[in-house]
Amino acid sequence: MEVTSVQNGIIIDHVPAGTALKVLEYLKIDPARTKLALIMNTDSRTYGTKDIIKIEGTVDVDLDVLGFVARTATVGIVRDGVIVEKRSPRLPEHVVDVITCRNPRCVTTVERGIRQRFHLAHSERQEYRCDYCDEEAKL
Amino acid sequence: MLRAVDMLAAIRGSPSLPPSLAPTGPGPARRAARMPRHGASCLENNVYSIRSQTWPPFDELKGEPLSSSDNHQEIPVVGRSVVTLDDLSTGQIRELLHKAEYIDAHRREVAHACDGRVIATLFYEPSTRTRLSFETAMLRLGGQVIGFAGSQLASVTKGESIADTLKTVSNYVDVVAIRHPKEGAALVAAEASSVPVINAGDGGHMHPTQTLADLSTIQARFGRVTGLTVGLCGDLTFGRTVHSLIETLCRFGDVRFVLVSPDELKCPQYVIDRIEATPSCSYVECRDLASVIGDLDVLYMTRVQKERFFNEDDYLRLRDTYILDESKLAAAKRDMAVLHPLPRVNEIAVEVDDDPRAAYFEQVKRGMLMRMALESSVIGDRLPGYEPLGAVDTLIDTDPASKEVQA
Repeated sequence: MEVTSVQNGIIIDHVPAGTALKVLEYLKIDPARTKLALIMNTDSRTYGTKDIIKIEGTVDVDLDVLGFVARTATVGIVRDGVIVEKRSPRLPEHVVDVITCRNPRCVTTVERGIRQRFHLAHSERQEYRCDYCDEEAKL
Repeated sequence: MLRAVDMLAAIRGSPSLPPSLAPTGPGPARRAARMPRHGASCLENNVYSIRSQTWPPFDELKGEPLSSSDNHQEIPVVGRSVVTLDDLSTGQIRELLHKAEYIDAHRREVAHACDGRVIATLFYEPSTRTRLSFETAMLRLGGQVIGFAGSQLASVTKGESIADTLKTVSNYVDVVAIRHPKEGAALVAAEASSVPVINAGDGGHMHPTQTLADLSTIQARFGRVTGLTVGLCGDLTFGRTVHSLIETLCRFGDVRFVLVSPDELKCPQYVIDRIEATPSCSYVECRDLASVIGDLDVLYMTRVQKERFFNEDDYLRLRDTYILDESKLAAAKRDMAVLHPLPRVNEIAVEVDDDPRAAYFEQVKRGMLMRMALESSVIGDRLPGYEPLGAVDTLIDTDPASKEVQA
């Protein structure tokens, strides 16, 4: 499958297969207002299948959020049609207002104006827990 | 926020992780270490900012266990909130245990240690022991008490948030004790309050002063909190006191845990992780109390709590799984201590109350003494005649700033 190359922008590669739209949602990138290409469920030597997101032009990408929602993703920076830098997002120590706590007993379900804060509880299991109730985060 | 056009410069300029933010210790401890309870919020300090890539490579974090070591800095307790016991170092917990012993032996001497102080007990859900214990503790130190018992008596019925209530009440008092049915409510309160907040139980989450009472009882019975075989029996899934006790004993180390529960109420994995990450601690899980009771130094019984179940059928089925009576106690060591956070329903037969191994009512007294120690410490009031364990009272004397609070 061939997609027109990005001239200046970014390529988010190795996104877990089938999750590209969800990743865009977490990154708060509106596909209706952004010049981008999605390649979903394509072949991957490492993971079997993967999604790819190609974004042309200037766009806000929060690498910590990307590390949280798509741990395997890589980000390529494209200048003049050439990937000039490639980075892997890292597991952020904290994530704020990206997901909400699923625990119905958590104070975040009733307290107004409270931020949804999660911390990295176990890096190997990539396990995040709510700062308030310690419930495990679920995407 | 990184823009694609700025990304190169931003990534190249990415600073390394500041030493003060280096990930150490268990999750809650790491979280606590970054959360000032008063003054500028973490968010103002950008501590929780996820916009900058400032964390170490994944490989450096990989495999990081829930550390059993006590990495807590000796930050004086004065002026600090106690939301979980991770807010206290093991040294400070030992100091509190020591202080509680002193209070017990010198009731008259400490009777005016907190003269002129006021505690607010904000209890959004029913409680008998805990509220009375917090209030009695302050009264016995010479202070006064305000507060409410039951959310129907508070402005919460008008829709007031926890944060707003604390911003108001903290103008009136020197310390706040809060109980709330929602998990994490005490953290919300501590972050909103301008005076120390003590968590008196936030739903099924944390109840640090109960654990202090448990430790004090064990200390009183054995003269130590290490080198023991501690059995925990009953509801190990929803029992917050059980989780907190295990995690705290792991910080002291050298404890063998025997976890007795039905399969439906086993200890959560994150608590097991904590034990496994502590080289000097070990555990076994089993269903039969009678087969292990002879090995135990401490037996911590728990109630299967109806309020933690969404399904009443499950509650009724599991309620009577373990009942401790004299026949079971016959196989136990003569100096074993039976603890229970109370209230009990029927998991300990009344006949056990007269057995010298029953320590659960002594535990109530120890709870009050520990709350006296904690309340006076977070306020910063010295106890007349008290000689700290170390050269100085690490709870209140190590930081010059504490003197301002005391003043």
